[in-house]
Formats: sequence, C-alpha cells, structure tokens
Amino acid sequence: MIKIISDWLIPLIIFLIPLFGIIKKVEIYEVFVDGAKDGINIVIKIFPALLAMLVAIGVLRASGAFDLLAKVLMPITVKLGIPAEVLPLAIVRPLSGSGALGITTELIKSHGADSFISRLASVMYGSTETTFYVLAVYFSSVGIKKMRHSVIAGIFADIVAVLASVFYSRLFF
Amino acid sequence: MINYIWFFMIGVGIIIAIINGRMEEVSKAIIDSAQSAVTISIGLIGIMTLWLGIMEIANKAGLMALLSRILKPFILKLFPEVPEDHPAIGAIIMNISANMLGLGNAATPFGIKAMEYLQQLNQKDSASNSMCTFLVINTASVQLIPAMMVGIRASLGAKNPADFVPVVLLSSTTTLICGIIAVKFLEKQDIFRQ
Repeated sequence: MIKIISDWLIPLIIFLIPLFGIIKKVEIYEVFVDGAKDGINIVIKIFPALLAMLVAIGVLRASGAFDLLAKVLMPITVKLGIPAEVLPLAIVRPLSGSGALGITTELIKSHGADSFISRLASVMYGSTETTFYVLAVYFSSVGIKKMRHSVIAGIFADIVAVLASVFYSRLFF
Repeated sequence: MINYIWFFMIGVGIIIAIINGRMEEVSKAIIDSAQSAVTISIGLIGIMTLWLGIMEIANKAGLMALLSRILKPFILKLFPEVPEDHPAIGAIIMNISANMLGLGNAATPFGIKAMEYLQQLNQKDSASNSMCTFLVINTASVQLIPAMMVGIRASLGAKNPADFVPVVLLSSTTTLICGIIAVKFLEKQDIFRQ
C-alpha cells in the first residue's frame, strides 16, 4: 500500500497541480519558470551550512566517536527502539534546520538512500521543525519576553515527533 | 547554541581521533565531506527548482485558498480567544497552508503577521494562550510535500525518493495532535500564569 502511494506520489503531483492550474486558467508554464528561478539561490544559501555539518560529522565518524556514542547510549536507545545513528539528528533538529539537513544528508549518503536508517532519518526530519528558531523569530517580532508554556509544549512535540518517527518507520519499512 | 554543538562535534571528533590514532582517516574525511557537499548540492539544484516551480503553480491556481477554506473550522475551535472575523484568523490560516504546501519562505511572513494580530489582542509582554497554541502548531506542522528531503533522497540515488512521505504524514499528524493536547493542558496549569 505504502509502496503504491509512494510510487505514484511524485508523478501524480506533477500531473494534478498543473492540471488544476490549467483548469483555473493559470499560465502554468510562465508561472512554473517564475517560481522555479529561486531553486539555485535556495541551494546556494543552504550550501555553507550543509558543508559545515557534513565536515563535522565526517570528523566524528572517521574518529570512531559514533561507535563510542552508540556503545555508551545502547541501554537507553535499545529500550526506546531508537537507532544510535539518528540520535545526533534528534538533538540538532530543534536548534538548526540546515544542521539537521546536513546530518540527514550524511546518514543517507553513508547508509544508502534505501536503508532503514536513511528512511527513518528522512521521516524524522520531515516530522519535526526548528522549534527554537520559530520560537525566537516569532516572539521577538512582537516583543514577547515571557514565552510561558510554549517552550515546554514545543519540546514535548519534538520528543513525540522523534518517538513517532521511530514507531511508524518500524511499522512500515 | 548551535555554535557550541558544532564545535563540540569537531572538538570531540579530533580528540577521539588522537586517542584512537585515526588522524589519517579524519584528515581524509574532512576533504571528502567538503567535496561531497558540492556533489549533493548540485544534484539538489535540479529537483529543488522543479518543486518550487510546481509549488508556484499550486499557489497561483488557488490551492492555498482551498486549503484555507478547509482549515477554517478547525482554526476557530483551536483559538477560542480570537473573534471569528479578526484578521489574525486569516494570517494563521495562510501560515499553516503555506507550511503544509512546503512554501517555507511564504510561511514566515504570514506567521509574523499572525503574531502581530495576536499581540493586538494580547497587549502584554507575556505570550497569550493563542500565541502558544499557534507556535506549537507551527513547530509540529504537517507538511504535505517535504520537497527538500525528496530532492536530497533523489540526488543520493533513492529508488523511490518519495517513499517516506506517507510515513511523515502519519508521524507529523500524531505529533500535531499530541502538541495541541499538551499546549491546551499546560495553559490550564497555574505555574505558567504570568
């Protein structure tokens, strides 16, 4: 079931959205080209952050630090069913979107795109947000100083997201 | 915070490399990682550009407006302090719609606008219940098309780059529900009253 949905997902979106556009009399070609022109800029913008994280993780991996971390955290991660490889992602995700993107990319690169770890990391990245960035930007924009229960609720949501990612990934992959 | 984490990653890596005697491997890994960042990014440019184009068609064709109409009843229930005809509702809906369609750049201005409207109703320097709810919905937000991750998986040779999307939907919906329950529970706790 998941396989059929995922095989069809991209082609269907690429068919249905322009179809919807044609029906609504949108000049889809011009609009497409206009919207797409930012693609290169966005990638260039995230490139330094991606590189920074890939290098840092490259150092950690080559030094043997990940093997050590996995060994130390084994009792906790086994109990929760979280593979040690994705722990750095769970820690960085609320703090830095591009950092988390770098970590996920590195996991996909070193484990292969179709491995369980890679799929789990992709789900985890997709289900979570840069909580602290959103808190800081949105509240500071209107001069809110006391964030009250939003911080705890946000962190709670992040923890749920990590656990839910692991749970559903185990179920489906 | 991210500064310390980044330094910690590199620092710990180098120190453990000294202990393990793996400096040669680390030296090679630094250069390899920097190069692979280039390869990955170039692969990403193609797929990212494609998605942004498709997203713009969705936007211009009124898919955002359609999502807004679907979301409105839920939004009114979640923000009982905000009057139904207040402009905050519109901004909140636009922000959530943009997030759902993965239009990250478009979502932030709507989010800040929504915050400004909520602040008009609040007039204090401590966050209102509505603001906390809005933030949690934002951070737990359900994304229908995680374009960036589909792109990265495609550029790294996934057989099926979108196969994780249905699972993301399940996982983020669960997160959203738990987040809303948490925020509604916490707002009733005395310790958080200003």
